[in-house]
Amino acid sequence: MNRPATAPDTHDTDIARTRLTSALAKTWKTPPGFWGALTTVDHKIIGRRYIFTAFVFLALGGVLAALMRLQLAQPEARLIGPDRYNQIFTMHGANMMFLFAVPVMEAVAVYLVPLMVGTRNIAFPRLNAFSYWIYLAGGALLWTAFALDMGPDVGWFAYVPLSGPQYGAGKRADIWAQMITFTELSALAIAVELVVTIFKQRAPGMTLDRIPVFVWAMLVTSFLVIMAMPAVMIASTGLILDRLVGTHFYNPAEGGDVLLWQHLFWFFGHPEVYIIFLPAAGMVSTMIEPFARRPAFGYLGLVMALIATGILAFGLWVHHMFVAGLPRLGDSFFTASSMAIAVPAGIQMFCWLATLWDGRPVFKTPLLFIMGFIVTFVIGGLTGVMVASVPFDTQVHDTYFVVAHFHYVLIGGAVFPLLGAVHYWFPKLTGRMMSETLGRWSFWLIIVGFNATFFPMHILGLEGMPRRIYTYQPDLPWHGLNVFVSLSSIVLTIGFLLFFINVFRSARFGEVAPDNPWDAPTLEWATTSPPPSYNFPRIPVVGSLHPLWDDRDTLPVADGLRTDRRELIVTTLASAGPQAREASPRNSIWPLLAAVATTIMLIWSIFSPWAVVWGSIPIAVALIGWFWPKGTPEDES
Amino acid sequence: MIRAASKAGLSAMLVVPLTGCGGNWQSALDVYGSAAISLKHLIILIVAVCSVVWMLVMIALIAALWRNRDARSSSPEPGRERRMTMAVIGAVVATVLIISTFTVMSFIATRALTVASQDDLTVRVRGLQWWWGLEYVGPDPSHRFETANEIHIPVGRNVRLQLEGLDVIHSFWVPSLAGKQDLVPGRPNELTIRVERAGVYRGQCAEFCGMQHAHMALLVIAEPQEDFDKWATAQRQVATPPTDEEAAAGLRTFLTKPCAACHTVRGTAAAGTTGPDLTHVGSRRTIASGMFETTRGSLAAWIADPQTIKPGNNMPLVPLTPDELRAVSAYLASLK
Repeated sequence: MNRPATAPDTHDTDIARTRLTSALAKTWKTPPGFWGALTTVDHKIIGRRYIFTAFVFLALGGVLAALMRLQLAQPEARLIGPDRYNQIFTMHGANMMFLFAVPVMEAVAVYLVPLMVGTRNIAFPRLNAFSYWIYLAGGALLWTAFALDMGPDVGWFAYVPLSGPQYGAGKRADIWAQMITFTELSALAIAVELVVTIFKQRAPGMTLDRIPVFVWAMLVTSFLVIMAMPAVMIASTGLILDRLVGTHFYNPAEGGDVLLWQHLFWFFGHPEVYIIFLPAAGMVSTMIEPFARRPAFGYLGLVMALIATGILAFGLWVHHMFVAGLPRLGDSFFTASSMAIAVPAGIQMFCWLATLWDGRPVFKTPLLFIMGFIVTFVIGGLTGVMVASVPFDTQVHDTYFVVAHFHYVLIGGAVFPLLGAVHYWFPKLTGRMMSETLGRWSFWLIIVGFNATFFPMHILGLEGMPRRIYTYQPDLPWHGLNVFVSLSSIVLTIGFLLFFINVFRSARFGEVAPDNPWDAPTLEWATTSPPPSYNFPRIPVVGSLHPLWDDRDTLPVADGLRTDRRELIVTTLASAGPQAREASPRNSIWPLLAAVATTIMLIWSIFSPWAVVWGSIPIAVALIGWFWPKGTPEDES
Repeated sequence: MIRAASKAGLSAMLVVPLTGCGGNWQSALDVYGSAAISLKHLIILIVAVCSVVWMLVMIALIAALWRNRDARSSSPEPGRERRMTMAVIGAVVATVLIISTFTVMSFIATRALTVASQDDLTVRVRGLQWWWGLEYVGPDPSHRFETANEIHIPVGRNVRLQLEGLDVIHSFWVPSLAGKQDLVPGRPNELTIRVERAGVYRGQCAEFCGMQHAHMALLVIAEPQEDFDKWATAQRQVATPPTDEEAAAGLRTFLTKPCAACHTVRGTAAAGTTGPDLTHVGSRRTIASGMFETTRGSLAAWIADPQTIKPGNNMPLVPLTPDELRAVSAYLASLK
C-alpha cells in the first residue's frame, strides 16, 4: 500500500498494538448513553438493533398465529369476529413478510457482511442508520393501526378491487400500502449498502472465488431487492393514488385493470420468496463447514445455484395467477420456469448432502437446525413443484395446501437456518455461548411442533378447505384435523418460547465465548467476540476461501491506514487488489432527523396528497444537514 | 348480549348436515366431475413420485450423518471428490428428468381440460359479496331465468359456466367437479363442468373477498335430464300467488317493507336486483349462501337478524313485528 508521509502516530504502520487499538477505539467508538445510541453509524450496533426488532415482530406475528389457531379449533366459533380475523391474518402475513423475514435476513447481513469481508464498517453507514429508523417507523405504524382497530384487512397481497377505494373502507388499505413504502425504502437502502460493501470493501486478496457463500447469497439477494422492490412500490403507489386522488389504475370501469395489480405485485412477490430463502441457503452453506469439519462441497456449484435462482426468480410470478384466467399457453411457460427453479435448489441440496457425507459431523444445535432444514425444506420444495403444475394448482390454489406449502418453504427453508444461525453467531454478537441443552430442547419441540402443525394442512387443503376463512361450518369434515393442528401449534409455541428464554439467559449468564468457538474458517471469527468498534485492529489479507483454516497461526494483515480518522481500504471488484484509502462517515444525528421527516411525510400522505409537497421541505432540510461538510478529518478525502 | 348469544345458539342449531341427504362435501379427493377425476389421477401420481424423492433424500441424509459419526479424522481417499461430483451431477440429472416429465404431463393435462367441446347448457355465474347470482341462458330468450347459490345441471352433459365478478374478485371452486377459476371484474372467464353421477356437490369461494368470504358457499345439483328439465320449467314460471291468509299477509309485508327494494319475486311488484332473486327461494336447499337448510324457521331467523348470523353482509336488519316476521317467512317458504 502507498504510505503518505504524515506523522507516524496517525497511521497504523509500525505502532505498538495497544497504542493502535486505543487510537482506533477513540476514532471509531460510539459514545455511551442516549445520544450515542441515536447518532451511531456502527454497523454492528445497528445490525443488532435490527435483528432484535425483527425478532420482536416475529413474536408478535406468532401471537397472531396462535389467535387464528384458537378461532379455527372449533367450527363456527365466535371467539373472533370476521372483521378482526381478517385484520389478524393480514397482519400476520404482512408482519412476517415485511417486518420479520426480509428485514431479519438483511439485518444479519448488516452485522456479518462487513466482518466476513474484513472491513471496518458497512458502505454508506449513515444510510444504514436511516434505514433502521425508517423500518422501525413502518413497523410501529402497522402495529399502532392494528391496536386502534385500523389494521389492514385485505390480505398481505391486498388484491384490488377489495383494497381499492370502493371496497376497502377507511384508512386500512392505505396503512398497508404505506407500510410497504417504509419497509421497501429500508430494504433498498440496505441492498445498496451491501452491494457496495461486497464489491468494493473486501479485504485485500479476497478475490471473487474466495468470498464466503453467505456473502455471495447476500450479494444476489441485494440485486433481487434492487430489481424487485420497485415493482411493488409502483403497485402500492398506484393503489394509494386510486384511493386518495381518484386515479383509475385498477378500476376496470374506467379502463384500469385489476390483474395489473397482480402482475406488479407478484413480479415483486415471487422474488421476495428468494430474498428470504437465498440468505438462509447462504447461512447453511457457511455454517455447514465447521460442523461437517470440511469445506462445503461444490463452492462453484453453490454460488452458481444462488445466481441462477436469482435470475429465474423473475420468470415465474405468473404461477400465483394460474386460476385468474390468463391464456393457457402462457401459463404452461410459467409451469416450466417454476419447475426449473428446482434445479438450482437441488444442486445446493445435493452439495450439502455431499458435504455431510464426506464430513465428520459435530452434533451441535446449529447442525441440528441444518438437519431440520433439509427434512422440512425438501417437503416445501416438492410441494412447490406440485403447485407449479397448472392443473394441480387449480385444485390447491388458495387452499390450506398452499398455506402448508409456503410455511414449509419459509419456516423450514428460512427460519430453521436462521435459528441455527442465531445459535452459531450468538457468541460473536454477545461474547457468550448459548446453552446447548436448551438449544436441543427447543430444536426438537420446534421441528415436531412445526410438522404436526403444518403437515395436516396439506390434507385440509385437498379436502377443500380454502385459506383465509374465519370459520367453517360444523358439517364440513375439517374439524378433527383443525383441532389437531391447533393443539400441535402449542408444541411449536413452547419450542419458540424456549428459544427466546435461551437467548435471554445466555446473553446474561452464558459461558464466555472465545474468538472462534466453532473452529470456523471465515474472517468474522478472526476478531474478538464481540468485535471492537473498528472490527479488526489491522485489515486482514486473504489468501484462500478458508483463511482461518489455511493460515491457522497468524493471519497476514495490511497496514497504512490512518488511525486518527475513520478510514477503510477500497479494493478492486474482481481481484480485490488494494485501490484506495476511503474515509467512512462519523456518527451523526441527521439520519434520525431525516427518518423522522420522511415518516411524517409518508404518514401524512395517507390523509392528504399535499403532504408530498409540504412534507418534502423538512426532508430536504434534513438531507442538507446530513451532507453538509462539518470540518472533520473525514471530509478531507 | 343474551340476545346475541341466543341468536348464535339458534344459528348453530339450524345448521343441518346435508351429507345425510346424499350430498358430497367438497374435496379434491372425492371426485365425480370428469375434470376433477383426471386432476385427481395427476395429483396422486405427482405426490407419489415426490414422496419417493423425499424418502431418498432422507435416506441420503441419515446415511451421511451416520457413517462418520465417530470419525476422529478424515482419511483422504483418492478419487472421493470425483465420485461425489459424479453423484451430485447424477442427482441433478434425475431432478431435471423428473421436472421435465411433470411439465409435459401438466401441459397435456391442461390441454385435455381446455379442449373445446359441444356445450349443452350455458349458465352465467356472477360473484357478489357474498353470494352467487345465476342466470340460465339458452338459445331461446324466453328460456332465460335467474336464481342464486344453487346450480342445477343435467348429468352427463357439458355445462359452460360464464364467470364474472361484479364487485371484487371471487373464485368458483367445486373441488369434486373441477379445479377453480377466478371471477375477475372486467375480465369474464369460463369453466366447463361435466358430472357423470347424480348428486349434490358443495363448493365455496376460494379467493378472499372480504368480511364473509368464509360464508360464500354454493351447491351444484346434478340430476337426470328429465328432472333437470322439470326443475328448469318450474324455475321459469313466475311465483305462485299465495294461497293461505298468512302467506298473503307475508307478500303484503314483503312489498311494503324495504325487502322489495333489493329482491326480485317475479310475478309481483318486487324487482330489486341488489340481493338474490327470491322467486323460488323455497325450492332451494339452503339460504344465505349455504349457511342453513331452507325452512320457515331458518328464514325467520335470518330475516330477524342477518347481521348477527353473517356479520357484515349487505342485508340490513329490517324491523318487523313478530306477526310480520312469521308471515314473511311463511310466504318465502311457500315460494317453491
